[in-house]
Amino acid sequence: MNRDNDKGKVLINRSLIVGIGKFVLLMCIILRLYYLQVFQADKYKTLADENRISTRLLVPPRGLIYDRNGVVLATNQQNFQALIVAEQTPSLQKTLDAFKKIMPLTEAEEQRIRKDLKSNKSFVPIKIKENLTWEEVSKIQLNASDLPGVIIDEGLSRYYPYGEKMAHVLGYVAAVSDKDVKDDPLLEVPGFKIGKSGIEKLYEKKLRGKGGNLKSEVNAYGRVMKEIEKKEGIPGERIDLTIDARLQEKAYDLFAEKDQSGAAILLDVHTGEILAFVSAPSFDPNVFSKGISSKEWKELLANEKNPLSNKAISGQYSPGSTFKIITSLAALEAGVIKPDTRFFCAAKMVLGTHAFHCWKRAGHGSLNVVEALKHSCDIFFYETSLRLGIEKLAEMARRFGLGSKINIGLENEKSGLIPDKAWKLKRFGETWQQGESLISGIGQGYILTTPLQLATMIARVANGGYQVTPTFSILNQQDKEHIKKIKINPRYLDMVKQGLYDVVNVPGATAYRSHFDYHGIKMAGKTGSTQVRRITMKERQTRILKQEELPWKLRDHGVFVGYAPADNPKYAVAVLVEHGGGGSTAAAPIASKILLEAVKLDPSLNDGEVQQSFTPYDLKKNIIPVE
Amino acid sequence: MYKFYETTIKTQSMSLTEKFFNLNFMYILLISLMAATGVTMLYSAANGSWSPWALNHLVRFAFGLGIMIALAMIDIRFFMRYAYVFYAISLILLIVVEVEGHIGMGAQRWINLGVIKIQPSELMKIALVLALARYFHTSSLQTIESIRGIIPPAIMTLFPAFLVMIQPDLGTALMLLFTAGMIFFVVGVQVWKFAVVLVAAACAMPIAWHFLHGYQKNRILTFLDPERDPLGAGYHIIQSKIALGSGGVFGKGFLKGTQSHLNFLPEKHTDFIFTMLSEEFGMVGAVFVVLVNLLIIAYTYSFALKSNSYFGKLVAIGLACNYFLYIFINISMVLGMLPVVGIPLPLISYGGTVMLSVMSSFGIILCVYINRNVNLGKD
Repeated sequence: MNRDNDKGKVLINRSLIVGIGKFVLLMCIILRLYYLQVFQADKYKTLADENRISTRLLVPPRGLIYDRNGVVLATNQQNFQALIVAEQTPSLQKTLDAFKKIMPLTEAEEQRIRKDLKSNKSFVPIKIKENLTWEEVSKIQLNASDLPGVIIDEGLSRYYPYGEKMAHVLGYVAAVSDKDVKDDPLLEVPGFKIGKSGIEKLYEKKLRGKGGNLKSEVNAYGRVMKEIEKKEGIPGERIDLTIDARLQEKAYDLFAEKDQSGAAILLDVHTGEILAFVSAPSFDPNVFSKGISSKEWKELLANEKNPLSNKAISGQYSPGSTFKIITSLAALEAGVIKPDTRFFCAAKMVLGTHAFHCWKRAGHGSLNVVEALKHSCDIFFYETSLRLGIEKLAEMARRFGLGSKINIGLENEKSGLIPDKAWKLKRFGETWQQGESLISGIGQGYILTTPLQLATMIARVANGGYQVTPTFSILNQQDKEHIKKIKINPRYLDMVKQGLYDVVNVPGATAYRSHFDYHGIKMAGKTGSTQVRRITMKERQTRILKQEELPWKLRDHGVFVGYAPADNPKYAVAVLVEHGGGGSTAAAPIASKILLEAVKLDPSLNDGEVQQSFTPYDLKKNIIPVE
Repeated sequence: MYKFYETTIKTQSMSLTEKFFNLNFMYILLISLMAATGVTMLYSAANGSWSPWALNHLVRFAFGLGIMIALAMIDIRFFMRYAYVFYAISLILLIVVEVEGHIGMGAQRWINLGVIKIQPSELMKIALVLALARYFHTSSLQTIESIRGIIPPAIMTLFPAFLVMIQPDLGTALMLLFTAGMIFFVVGVQVWKFAVVLVAAACAMPIAWHFLHGYQKNRILTFLDPERDPLGAGYHIIQSKIALGSGGVFGKGFLKGTQSHLNFLPEKHTDFIFTMLSEEFGMVGAVFVVLVNLLIIAYTYSFALKSNSYFGKLVAIGLACNYFLYIFINISMVLGMLPVVGIPLPLISYGGTVMLSVMSSFGIILCVYINRNVNLGKD
């Protein structure tokens, strides 16, 4: 009995120990709950939200680009695509077959759809076809009952109403590549496009805008259960360019008419604003924003006229005789010639062992500087350069914007080349030769300029020596007042301008054939040609081949710089026609037509009677201006 | 000197009515409170719907309540007398399941009786307690403290535990072992023997590891490092902790648990229901459930203390241990304190067998309570 009592006592004692043990363990659970639900609650709340909230970036509409008169140059076009949601159709195969009856699908397209359907959850919309036309969209909607699960989705794609005419100004947009700096989460959005060249690239940040957010609640399988919060993004800013679409179109068409290759820049001489900026031939940027095929791309690359190169800033050419403007100014300033200094042109000049020829085989006889410009006499400028030397010539060239980049912000801008003694020593390790000064004086030799630099030069001459810089952004009043003056005697400028007036307006002068007289408004300018081939001694002795007899690649480049009105300049133009023959035959007519158009369209030059040659561009119905 | 555990001898039988009014209604209320919590959570788990779980759960509980009261009405001497028979039947069923069981959840655990499926391992949990209680009731302390006296109950425990283990149902096997272990402890088996067994078990661990199934190894490894496989095996524990922690002090509100309703939380109506409760009702709800269960266990202990018979005391304590293990293992598991072993939270998790088994335990516990003055003497 005693032992039985002990047995009972042991049971009670041990039970109490076990009971206390259980109590302690349950308290541990409560402590653990406290740790997780109070101490670490914030951490887990964040994790729970990360689980359930899925954030989708909303792509803002890209900013539109306008010309100076408010004409749309780049817009966003509604883009329709057909999508299919697998779980909303009873039979995928039937639906796809029905779709194919309305719109054929290629084998590759069908394979892609099947692959996408397999690798995505059944509630994810899969693209069937994109870039649908209105007609196709309405066809699909009409047959909606046969197409369960097929939905039409609207997106925006970039559209350039002027196509290739503006391509070298505006550039284009395309899908983000690995090379692009991904500084914005928007760039990670599939199908997002960014500016790849031109204005689209220059103002990418402004045009892009800020992405919005769509926060939705998703379940463990990723299905969206409800929308939690929608924060609209900020649409891209509008960009107003200095371009005048009418003049741009005119200028481009002048090249396109004869399928010519080259560049033309029209500037406002007082501000440097770029009114027209053409590089021809060009490409259609709309093809790029849709996604270019490799065939189209190869064709562009293979074209000998190089449509992808922006010749206005990337093409470097000898300025030819247009450079005589600089030579004249430098010589007058240096005092090596006086306004009445005359040299005699006998068609040939010998320096040391080398003979230098004038373009006119008969020679020009005796000329002063104005007459020399008018006839573009080479001998006069050889004589002048001989006395002037390269250093002063180069210095004057630089004052007028040659030899360095203008920096208008487009890619691949070249700086051209204005040689001097130090440059030659550095480049070739040789001393400067006098003969090199001579040919530099007529814009040949080492000198290279871009068409944009030539436009800058002629604008600075036309405006009386103001240091305007070409730009695509419209100048405000303050900017205009801050344009510096170049150190140059206005009398010398006037003399040069007299020469340039004569070039165009005196019968027999080099560009007389391109002159115009629009209610008394005339233009002035200077022609130039650059040889692409060397004329051999043998050819000089027999007969120099005519330009038309040469293959295209060997013909001279034609250059023309000019401005109008001649007496009170407002517009300056530089035209370069690659392998167009001479400046007077190829470049001057184009320049003349551009200037005439600019004058005609200028209300201040028409006594209030505006010549309305402009018809608004036929904007297609489905272009929606998004601002 | 009065000893509180020695009650007066009362041999005459009570009438059924007497017995019914002798039921501890506070105890039944606490049990019902937990079942109601279960119904509430299952209603939420179905996104605010009585089907498919909440209504079923309620019906099962009502059925379980009937069984509980029925068992409570039985004379405790009946349990005493047939303890070994009951154990033998359970053991046979366990062997039958092993030989030709039906496949369910990748493990052979069920026996199909046509109308209902029963899980012999659940029966065994009760049968083992009864059998051990009967054994120790009749043994002297001397026998208990001797090695020879320990061998029969050890075999009685290890054999069914082994059968359950190879089903394979590690969780239930461990529960059987732990429950038996606690009974061995309370009856007075010396502490050093436990130490010897523990050391031996530790030595056998590497060998046992070798025999574990792949998914069992995985569960243990995942428990040790949930980040090891965040989308696979570790997913459950990680998501469970996120759900719990994000509930905070007051929870996200009824039907508003994001982790559970958006399906990040797996098994939310069964093993992980405590997580869902903690997400929607916060620490307040979680502590409430722990405390009510603590009260249920405390009541059971008080019943054991009041019982006049050694058998009654031991049955109540053994079943309390069993219930405690359910609670502790399940909650520790969802809190990331123990590996995921597939033990449900009784009365709250959805599942018929556990409901039946737990309600039966409560019935036997109440029977001990009602028959607290019955002196069973020595058989």
